Amino acid sequence: MANVTMTVNGKPVTATIDPRTLLVQFLRENLRLTGTHVGCDTSQCGACVVHLDGKAVKACTTLAVSCEGASVTTIEGLAAGGALHPMQEAFREHHGLQCGFCTPGMIMTAVDMVNRRGNALDEATIREDLDGNICRCTGYHNIVKAIAAGAEAMGEPARQAAE
Amino acid sequence: MYAFTYHRPASARQAATLLGKKEDAKLLAGGHTLLPTMKQRLAAPTALVDLSGCLDLKGIAQKGRNLIIGAMTTHAEVANSPVVRDAIPALAYLAGHIGDPAVRHRGTIGGSVANNDPAADYPAALLALGATVVTNRRKLSAAEFFTGLYETALEEGEVILRVSFPVVSKAGYAKFRNPASRYAMVGVFVAKRGGEVAVAVTGAGEGGVFRWPEAEAALKARFAVKSLDGLAHGADGINADMHADAEYRAHLIGVMARQAVAMATGK
Amino acid sequence: MSATGIGAPVRRKEDHRFITGQGRYTDDINRPGQAHAFFLRSPHAHARLRSVDTAAAAAMPGVLGIFTGEDLAADKIGGLICGWMIHSKDGTPMKAGPHPALAQGKVRYVGDHVAVVVAETLAQARDAAEAITVDYEVLPAVVDTAGAAKAKSVVHDEAPDNTVFNWHLGDKAATEAAFAKAAHVTKLDLVNNRLVPNPMEPRAAVGDYDDGDGVFTLYTTSQNPHVARLVLSAFIGIAPENKLRVIAPDVGGGFGSKIFIYAEETVCVWAAKKVGRPVKWTSDRTEAFLADAHGRDHVTHAELAMDADGRMLGMRVHTTANLGAYLSTFSSSVPTYLYAPLLSGQYDIPAIYCEVDAVYTNTAPVDAYRGAGRPEATFVVERLVEMAARQLGKDPAKFRMQNYIRQFPHQTPVIMMYDTGNYAASMKKALELADYKGLAKRKRDSARRGRLRGIGFSSYIEACGIAPSAAVGSLGAGVGLWESAEVRVNPVGTVEVLTGSHSHGQGHETTFAQLVSDRLGVPIENVSIIHGDTDKVQMGMGTYGSRSGAVGMSAIAVALDKVIAKGKKVAAHVLEADEADIEFADGHFAVKGTDRKLDFGSCALQAYIAHKFSGQELEPGLKEGAFYDPTNFTFPAGVHICELEIDPQTGVTTIERWSAVDDFGNVINPMIVEGQVHGGIAQGVGQALLEGARYDGDGQLVTASFMDYCMPRADDLPSFQVGMTVTPCPSNPLGIKGCGEAGAIAAPPAVINAITDALGHEDIAMPATPQAVWRAARRTVSRLAAE
Repeated sequence: MANVTMTVNGKPVTATIDPRTLLVQFLRENLRLTGTHVGCDTSQCGACVVHLDGKAVKACTTLAVSCEGASVTTIEGLAAGGALHPMQEAFREHHGLQCGFCTPGMIMTAVDMVNRRGNALDEATIREDLDGNICRCTGYHNIVKAIAAGAEAMGEPARQAAE
Repeated sequence: MYAFTYHRPASARQAATLLGKKEDAKLLAGGHTLLPTMKQRLAAPTALVDLSGCLDLKGIAQKGRNLIIGAMTTHAEVANSPVVRDAIPALAYLAGHIGDPAVRHRGTIGGSVANNDPAADYPAALLALGATVVTNRRKLSAAEFFTGLYETALEEGEVILRVSFPVVSKAGYAKFRNPASRYAMVGVFVAKRGGEVAVAVTGAGEGGVFRWPEAEAALKARFAVKSLDGLAHGADGINADMHADAEYRAHLIGVMARQAVAMATGK
Repeated sequence: MSATGIGAPVRRKEDHRFITGQGRYTDDINRPGQAHAFFLRSPHAHARLRSVDTAAAAAMPGVLGIFTGEDLAADKIGGLICGWMIHSKDGTPMKAGPHPALAQGKVRYVGDHVAVVVAETLAQARDAAEAITVDYEVLPAVVDTAGAAKAKSVVHDEAPDNTVFNWHLGDKAATEAAFAKAAHVTKLDLVNNRLVPNPMEPRAAVGDYDDGDGVFTLYTTSQNPHVARLVLSAFIGIAPENKLRVIAPDVGGGFGSKIFIYAEETVCVWAAKKVGRPVKWTSDRTEAFLADAHGRDHVTHAELAMDADGRMLGMRVHTTANLGAYLSTFSSSVPTYLYAPLLSGQYDIPAIYCEVDAVYTNTAPVDAYRGAGRPEATFVVERLVEMAARQLGKDPAKFRMQNYIRQFPHQTPVIMMYDTGNYAASMKKALELADYKGLAKRKRDSARRGRLRGIGFSSYIEACGIAPSAAVGSLGAGVGLWESAEVRVNPVGTVEVLTGSHSHGQGHETTFAQLVSDRLGVPIENVSIIHGDTDKVQMGMGTYGSRSGAVGMSAIAVALDKVIAKGKKVAAHVLEADEADIEFADGHFAVKGTDRKLDFGSCALQAYIAHKFSGQELEPGLKEGAFYDPTNFTFPAGVHICELEIDPQTGVTTIERWSAVDDFGNVINPMIVEGQVHGGIAQGVGQALLEGARYDGDGQLVTASFMDYCMPRADDLPSFQVGMTVTPCPSNPLGIKGCGEAGAIAAPPAVINAITDALGHEDIAMPATPQAVWRAARRTVSRLAAE
């Protein structure tokens, strides 16, 4: 067993875990944060994407013990103070989800995309950067629309000022 | 996964010591090959030495005519580094097209090189650029380092510290991705350094990454896409799977080589 | 149209929980004291089980129980069933081999269930499974669809030639006569590639047993929890229906693969009582590839006969359909009644004859996958029609329009009575959307850049709703295919609707609420849709075959009519008027010709307080139910046009433009309908260009992960142009036809027709991978060079 301490969605967490515990298992089973999902065994589907120290990673391919001292944000931690994050809002507004299973990973990937590339995202860029996220329901059409709109909304001055 | 003990040293020296002490220990870099393999119970190390705390293995610097990249530097860091983009833009391009954005945040150059997956991108860059792999024990040229499919010259207890790339005048990389896995089905890196030209091919060789001498000779005469017209790689020694047989892969080597030269020459 | 009523693009009510990570999927559910199950699966495609030794494994840490097929048999737990009886041409019933949840005597595909280990943790269960010693006598595997009937090895003793049935439909003599007088015959051999459904949520099950009252509870990833309870109770024998509760909570996509009753959930719920603990199993993706039911897998020869003017005279089709190692829940219906009755397409074809040979192989069971039979039929029809047009030198759009059915109702020679449609309207609109007139120029531009550009049409029709019950019963279905609804109006006018439909991405919590809001005039936020729990909803048939709108919502509509009728009676008492004078509109019961009225909420309150009428003349309360059985299938139809470009250097195909015009009848929520079309097209493009499950000669699945099975990614697809035409469906009260499967049905032939147009020859199979297209394009390039 090994001890691990990290910050998850702004709250400090300490646990004693089997070293083979993956970050996604730690989130789902130890912390009961079940919004992060597992959709494959090969690090390809992206249903498990969370932010580790501000960067999108696949929680199914990261050991929880490796996250010692790190800050983790999951889909549950994205809405600040009850207000939806603009990217969450954009997914709803543009019907960017159907069954909802890939959605948390999509949204976390989308926010990371904006963090990396800024607020003006064209269709080709969005599609290329969704390489690591698979959706079986939407055909991606509305996900692409939602991300473009969410990216733009994230750059709106009012919100920047508030943050 | 099978059970293992976990160690997170703070330096490469500590990592090497731990690696030497533990039977069946493995180094954990970005984990994007090792962890999936362990999840499938196809690898069963009894100890994992996690290098993520070794800050001395991270970082990018240009020293004279060499670009030095620490083993634990992630693909995203290489792709976005102004130093790399300035010194060898094709290398930044290559790193920016490995896996997907989340993979690039975790995967490292050291992990990729040590694993020597025949479909990985970095081996082609190291071989074509004539890079040097620096370990805790010695320096190895890329040609010495990559010895076969998933095989390297690394010995028991040896730890990669960094990779040193000579800065070249022209370089380009093009890959054709496996439609399913998105790994390189064929990747070609071309580099021109002085009068020398190197063309390295990943994804396609039965024995892993290899050089294409005929293309090198043609490009040495004149470094232009046109020089490769009419030149085709043979299917001998080219691997085959359900996604691409040897003939198709061999053909793609030529196509990717032309695209890589086009990138290198800005055409 | 109100902002939340029928026809409005209402944003989904269910989304809040999904975008905030609060969806509740089966794997999110944990029961106190829960143990974990791991299934030991066969590594061999075909083997006799000489012995299964679990002694060493049983002694391993954390192990609570290890069970094999013998344990199930000892408890008299029955095998999995196939619920649709098909008879062969000679009248004999289909040959169904046994399908035990855990293998008995033999394993028949890689991934077949040899034993289950239940342990404190999943890792312990997996460790113990590795300690089970199985002595396999490996037998030759039957893998090839076309060759199965002649294989030396036999999958089931009940079917000595590996043939489940030799079935046929249509008038053979009339069809032969049509061919005899034909001026032109187009012939085609094609393979409909085998697919793995791959909903993003892998299957999962949590079985629980309450010893106090003897009740089993099963949480499961199901599209139809009531059918699961029926089968688990009445056929498999877990417990009587009143002692078995099945809950299908949020389900992360199904596409057919979660209709079926599988071994894993059967074993989990049974084992919960055996070990006295809740038992959980969650599939990993590799298990999903191995053991979820696959789709398609047909080998077909088809011919189309035409007269000298290009009028279609007849069609004959022979198909061999691979059903895998066992007959899954609805497998037998897919290559028969969901397939051959669609072979008339949108065309007036006087004579059609179709033969289907269904075979067993040592591969995963094959059953319904999005479209189920109809994509296979559409691929045959639309490839044949496109080829025929080319051979006759006719424009493919004009050739289709020449042969479209124009009079309705139309009786096809293969069972179906098409009720309504306007196929030419969809075609004309699609041609505009696709800028068909500009195609020649775009082709020239592509050619200048060394690319091959092509356009492909697909004029599809499908039969949805999968009802009426009497009709499907006459065709062999073991169940009726109506749907149920119960509308519970609360005392202050909020509404709960219990439906037998199940939503796993379709947005029922929104669209069904729109209907209620529209009909009752109550705010949409005052309406809750409840589904997926057999303790709440009495009975239902579930969601598949694009039936939830046409059948499920129609049941709600009928129940709402009853609520309004009852409300009128209540209002008549309250307003002291004659019931016949009460009108209901805009959420108010009013007395005709007066200003006396009662809003819906007040009426509900009056119904519950019952002060204004005696219980003898009118029952208190406001709750009504309906079981709705439609009068016909529904027939959504449309035209999809795919335009693409091929790079002959690499074989990469890029879809440049997708223009779809669909007629789904009346639409409740166009935003959701378009989303369904997008997703369907993506799956159809996946079949055409990317996806294909492949077994090697030994029956090993070589595409068992996303590393080798190519799922459509965002950069494989374009944005889609989607348009609609509307001919309301006359077979249900809402005029709805259904939209869930259209894209998956329409897309594959549109893509392949476009590729063959670009190539200038017909020699390409699905999936048209870069390698296959490169090879095919080499022939084109060398021919062009020679010209």
